[in-house]
Amino acid sequence: MSPAAFPAREVALVDLLDRLLAGGIVLAGDITLAIADIDMVQISLRALITSLDRTTRSGAAERDQ
Amino acid sequence: MSTASYTYAVARPFNPTQAAGLVGVDGAAIHLVRHQDLVAVVSPLAPADADETALRARLETLAELEVIARAHHRVVAAVAACTPTLPFRLATVHRTDDRVAQLLRREYRRFRETLDRLAGRVEVGVKIYVQHAGAYAGAMAAAEKTGGSGSARAGRDYLRNRREQRDRRQHAWRRATTAAEEMDAVLAELAVDRRQHRTQSAELSAAPGENVFNAAYLVDAGRAEELTARAQRLGAENPHVTLEITGPWPPYSFAGSEEGT
Repeated sequence: MSPAAFPAREVALVDLLDRLLAGGIVLAGDITLAIADIDMVQISLRALITSLDRTTRSGAAERDQ
Repeated sequence: MSTASYTYAVARPFNPTQAAGLVGVDGAAIHLVRHQDLVAVVSPLAPADADETALRARLETLAELEVIARAHHRVVAAVAACTPTLPFRLATVHRTDDRVAQLLRREYRRFRETLDRLAGRVEVGVKIYVQHAGAYAGAMAAAEKTGGSGSARAGRDYLRNRREQRDRRQHAWRRATTAAEEMDAVLAELAVDRRQHRTQSAELSAAPGENVFNAAYLVDAGRAEELTARAQRLGAENPHVTLEITGPWPPYSFAGSEEGT
């Protein structure tokens, strides 16, 4: 019984985070990160943007010099 | 402090040999917590991570977030490939397996109903992009970086170019969102359900262009290819937009309530 096989290739992190930070059933665990969904999305994406931003900026700066 | 229990999903019982060797967050082997005809797919989380502050700190680090997200997905995808599966939100952590068992008892009816709705179904992601003529973003970035150091004339040229590019960009964006609405209507017909995600910022996406539409469609697993092919055709027929199709995925976007996220 195999309803579906999922592609083995690596998925893009951004598409995965769409699903793991905004999707999935939300339950109050003992450690309640999962229910702080909006916070989590914002915090995580901000971290992601900041990090990528830094990478592109420093790359561009090197090219300009 | 002792280990905590990280839960990936609730599923219909399955042959454990199908999950033999499956590891989750931090390489911890997964095990099943059972209640009647439901199992929770769980792995132990090291004591150092078993409190909110520590876990939050890890998730706020991009590299750590990625490692945990990929581990979560690896487990959910492996389980969903062999049995109806209800994925949990990232970082659902209980103190002990007993607490997970309590959750199964407490939410039994809701889990059963959601599993019935998701059984045999997968989601397909469709993102629609508009391509902007000219390196608008590049010009913006370059000008902002040099800001003030260029001559006055270069500044005027830049402002004029920028206005023209902005007008073209708005026109292209409107045309693309209209196309996206039409495509969405066609694809929704093929799907059991749909959810819209927020559009992805260009910084986050490797894809060229601006993301104007980002949705997931829930389909019977046997119809995923049909929906994918239909989406590809719609994309090929429209020269003004580019489609990116992802999946099939375990039905993450449909694991919540019927009303959606």
